[in-house]
Amino acid sequence: MGVPLLAIGVEPLALDTLIAAVTDRGDATGSDGAVATFLGLVRNHNVGRVVQHLEYEAYEPLALRAFERIDQEIQARWPDVRLALHHRIGRIEIGGASVAIATASPHRGHAFSACRYAIERIKQIAPIWKREFFDGGDVWIEGATADPDDAAALAEAERIACV
Amino acid sequence: MRVTVKLFARLRDIAGTAELLREVDAGTTVRGLWQQLATEYPEIASYERSISTAVNADYARRDQVLADGDEVAFLPPVSGG
Repeated sequence: MGVPLLAIGVEPLALDTLIAAVTDRGDATGSDGAVATFLGLVRNHNVGRVVQHLEYEAYEPLALRAFERIDQEIQARWPDVRLALHHRIGRIEIGGASVAIATASPHRGHAFSACRYAIERIKQIAPIWKREFFDGGDVWIEGATADPDDAAALAEAERIACV
Repeated sequence: MRVTVKLFARLRDIAGTAELLREVDAGTTVRGLWQQLATEYPEIASYERSISTAVNADYARRDQVLADGDEVAFLPPVSGG
């Protein structure tokens, strides 16, 4: 069996493996018309700080459940989309990829929307944290309170994804 | 009864450990366990309104009653992606 659709781990990410995972559906119907992808990178600056590298940690079993939940939310909104989502943890250098997403669909609009929705929901609910090491110190980055049932957060993700 | 507490990111740094074992009374809720920890580690009390919680690696509400052997996780605001 090939690449898992949903994964979290320390291995470097490779978009081509996610693209293969969402397009090889086993039934060879040739029905896909589009694949949208997203790669999140570690950048060298943040709120005026010069970033040296990031360290990610996660509550891995719950992170996988969060990914499954995001997948189910996408199936409910775009039933023709297939999602692959891999998040990397551990130390990641500047320019390295921390998250990779691929969405396949017969229609480009669905692929784009589902891909955007996935990254917004990851940031809202996945139990993953980044520690930023910058020139002069380090800090845990704290974003959203992770509540998968928060209706306002769901509505915001839908708005951004143009549902 | 005994439960396992899992702490992440800054909460882990404050407690100095990623995992704690704690004795709690029957009927203790997730909220009650948090209050017990906040007494023990006053610095985490400021997270009262911003944490989310999980029991046995599934999202849980703070009024959930704990069972012997449960794994309870306290999650500070997340920053994945």
